[in-house]
Parts: sequence; C-alpha cells; structure tokens
Amino acid sequence: MHEGRSRSFYALAAFFGAYVLFLYGPMIAIFILSFQGPSGGLTFPMNGVSLHWFERVFAGNGTVDIGSAFLRSLRLGLTVMLLTVVVSVAAGMSFRKRFAGSSILFYTAIASLIVPSIVTSLGISLEFHIIDSAVQKYLSKSWQTGMGLFTSGLGAHLTWTLPFGLLIMFAIFNRFDGRLEEAARDLGASPWQTFRYVVLPIILPSVVGIGLFGFTLSWDELARSSQTIGAVNTLPLELQGLTTTVTKPDIYALGTLTTAVSFLVIAACLAAILLLQWRQGRRGSDAGKGLV
Amino acid sequence: MQNRRPPNLIAWLQAGPMMLIFALFFLLPLMFVFIVSFWNYNDYEMIPAFTLRGYTDSFQGCIAKLPNLCTLFATYWKTVQLCFLVWLLTLLIGFTIAYFLAFHVRSRTWQIALSLLCTIPFWTSNVIRMIAWIPLLGRNGLVNQGLLGLGLAQQPQEWLLYSQFSVVLALVHLFTFFMIVPIFNSMVRIDRSLIEAAYDAGASGWQTLWNVVIPLCKPGIVIGSIFVVTIVMGDFITVGVMGGQQIASAGKLIETRLNALQFPPAAANAVLLLGFTALIIAVLSRLVDVRKEL
Repeated sequence: MHEGRSRSFYALAAFFGAYVLFLYGPMIAIFILSFQGPSGGLTFPMNGVSLHWFERVFAGNGTVDIGSAFLRSLRLGLTVMLLTVVVSVAAGMSFRKRFAGSSILFYTAIASLIVPSIVTSLGISLEFHIIDSAVQKYLSKSWQTGMGLFTSGLGAHLTWTLPFGLLIMFAIFNRFDGRLEEAARDLGASPWQTFRYVVLPIILPSVVGIGLFGFTLSWDELARSSQTIGAVNTLPLELQGLTTTVTKPDIYALGTLTTAVSFLVIAACLAAILLLQWRQGRRGSDAGKGLV
Repeated sequence: MQNRRPPNLIAWLQAGPMMLIFALFFLLPLMFVFIVSFWNYNDYEMIPAFTLRGYTDSFQGCIAKLPNLCTLFATYWKTVQLCFLVWLLTLLIGFTIAYFLAFHVRSRTWQIALSLLCTIPFWTSNVIRMIAWIPLLGRNGLVNQGLLGLGLAQQPQEWLLYSQFSVVLALVHLFTFFMIVPIFNSMVRIDRSLIEAAYDAGASGWQTLWNVVIPLCKPGIVIGSIFVVTIVMGDFITVGVMGGQQIASAGKLIETRLNALQFPPAAANAVLLLGFTALIIAVLSRLVDVRKEL
C-alpha cells in the first residue's frame, strides 16, 4: 500500500484537530474563568487570578445548598454504578443461552435508550402520583409520597444506564471465546467457578467500563431526573437552575468542580482498565504461542 | 451426569432483575402516560375520567386556523427542521471523524487514544458543556471581542447566544458522539481488501468512498441517525438553556404543560411525540437490522 502519508491524511488530521478543539475549547474556557478575580465577570478578560469563586461555592452562596446536592448526586451515582454493573453482567450472561423473552428484553432495552427522556420521566412521575393517591385513598391517610431520590430517581437513572451496560456486555461476548468455558467445564468447574475464575477475570476490564458509564451517566443525568427526583435536587438540576439566575463566575467554579469529579472517575476507571489488561497480559499463559 | 437445573430457568434468573427494572420504571410508566393522556384535569389535579380533552387542547386551532399552522404543528415543524439540520451536521462531522480514525490512524494504540479523546466529553456534564459556550458567544464573549477587534462588526452580535444558532451549535457539540461510535464500528469491520480491490479496478478515492465505504457503513449511519434524531426530537434542556427559554420545541411543549401541573395534556403531548419518533425510527430501521450490528 502507500508508503508516506497522503494529502487527504493531513486534511483529515486537521479536521480532527479542529473537532477536538471544538469539543474541549469551551470547557477549557470555563476552567480558566472559574479562577477569575473577585471583580471579574462571566467573560474574558481575567481580572486577576483567585480562588474567590470556589470559596463562594463552598460557603454555600446563600442561594442553594450545593454541598448537599453534591453528596446526593454522589450517593445516587455510586448506587446506580453498582446496580448497573451487577444487573448488566447478570443479564449479559443470560443472553449467552437461548431463553424465552430474550428478544423482548433486548428490544425493551433499546427502546429505553431511544424513547425521549422526558416521556420516560413523565411516565415514572405519573406512576408514582397514581400509586400515591391509591395509597392515600385505601391504605393510609397520612401517606405523603413514594417519590424520592432512591425510588423514582434511581429507577429513572437505571432506565438510562442499563441499556448501555447491556450493549457493552453484548460487545464483550461477541468477541468472547466460548471454548474457554468449555475447557473449564471439562476440567470439572461448576458453573459458578467457571464464571468466577474464567469468565469474570477475562471480562473484568470491560466491566469496569460499564461502571464508568453507570456513574458518569447518572452523575450528569438531567432530563430523566427532572420529573422524578421529588422534593430535592441533584447537582445537574441545581446547575441548570443556576443558568437562568446566576451572573457571576461561581457557576463556572461549580462546573469546574463537577467536571473534576467526572475526570477523577474517568481517570480512575481507565487506570483500572489498563492495570487489569496489563495483569492479564503478564499472567496469561504462553501455551500454544509456539505453534502458530 | 450430574442433575442440572434447566438452563432456561438460570437465564431467567440472570435476566430477571433487568426485566423487573424495565417493567417497573419503563414499560409501566409508558402505559401510564398512555392512560393518563385520556384523563380529565382541573387546575390542581388529574381526574380519572375518560376524555379526549388532553388531545383536543393540544390540537387547539389546528383546523380553525388553516391555512396557518396552529401552535402544535408550527412547533413540530420547527423541531423537525432543527432535527434535520443537526442530523446533517452530526452526520457529516461524525462520518469524517470516524473515517479518519478507522482508515488513517494506523496504530491500534493511537486509534484507542484518539477515540478516547472523542469519548471523554460524553462522560462529563451536558449542562456544563452548554454553559461553556457563554464566555465564547455572549455579548462580551471572545467571538464578539474578536469580531469587534478585527473590525468585522460594528457592534456586538446578539444572534450568537440564546438563538437558533447556539441551539444547533450546542446540539452538534453534545451529540456528534452518537454518530461517530456506530459509524466507526461499521468502518472497522470493512474488509480492507475490498478497498484495495476498488483501487485496483481503477476507482478514484471519491468513487471508492461513495460506492464501497458508504454502502458498507449504512448500518452505522442508520443507528447513529436514530440516536441523534430521537434525542433532538425529545430535547427540552438544550433548547431551553441555549435558546434562553425562548425557543419552542416538541419536548418543551411537554415541559410547559408539566410546569403548569397539567398532566393529561402533557401525557397527550408525550404520546404524540412518541408516535412521531416511532414513525421516524420505523422508516430508518427498515434500512437495517439493528441486532446484527453489535
């Protein structure tokens, strides 16, 4: 094939560079502006450099309780991550056998991904409203609501993260060598042992990836949360509320902090994936390599 | 032989939790949307009695105002136009990026690194990625400063932010990712010898692209299009934040009703939106078998 790089390569590389700048440029702008001096505004130029706006965010700013919204989102995100991993891996395993209802489950997951978020959100909200009024009518007059962060909110987030988890499991098992499991079974491993000592170690890097999607998608989720979270707000909802009222750079400081959490989680997951792959490479047997 | 439980039962147990979650938080809620759309309502609550009021309220004036468009049709028409524009831009950008990654980046490590570079923003907050345009496009933003500085404009341009332009920009910024992934996925599966064969048979670069690469990428293009179209059709947040809450969209119609606590007409609008997106998906998915592509 061609030796050197063609002209189209340079044109496309330039286009790619421009796209990356388009992706990251605006974000970098708000990271810089969050260190704006106390007298600075929402736009460039910088009026000095300070941590003033971060202090204001931590001080609570008087308007909204950012600290507790932060903790709420964190707790919810971690719960969603854990459930997404466990439920997706289990469901992913089930698709390796044929079972009645498998295609219904598959298409439901796809539908959950592409039905507009506001419709799902509205539906969950209606469901809880109707359950609430039924409980009030027939069971307990003093019942307030079943809606909340870890009931309707958690469910709403799972309808968004689980399809991604399932699709990643599909991608894993499409490339999985089933002979490894057969070998384990032939050597007398029980189904659980086969999963625990053969399948899981091989798929573990991708499972970390599912966790990454689970946490980040929940941490930033907005449309599905909008009708289902109940009385309290998650961090993205607080942020969205601030977009219409705030005229000072504290919104950038808050955005920088939120993104910092995302980046920490992304970096931790990517590091874990690399470490796991490296360990696999190091511990993997070289049996059969001489034969090829 | 040891006695084994039927494999079907184990599969059911494994898939059970996911089925349960989707049943409780997706299928049942969709059913409630459908049911409530036929309920009556007053100023503060919904009333479980059959009526078409939710729909007649939504379609109000649609016949009387002809040949002019009523609010509902006008809003849908606007949303479809927005959808088409965003679809076209994300497709062109997404295809080009995927093409570069799949065919021009030769080392596997670089391919992974550059794909990650495109994916990382997807794992960060959409609201923040929207807010991030303010210092660039605002009245005193960098773009306006640049235009004034270069003498290209006499006064700050107002159409840059809180406008149709900024909505399209933000949607393309946020959702091109959904085009890149499936198209890239289709491209890496293309047998390289097919492309070499095209060259050997005398095809030019463009001819190969048009007659070999694009047809083979069709599944990826269709899947990406389904994602982008459904997201934009139902969007109310990006349109709200980037449009300064001034621009109407199909998703915002629902939100407005919800803010007024009018659940039945909100549900009726949701059913209409669902029907409309289902129609688009039905047309698009005629072109490809989704399950084969994973």
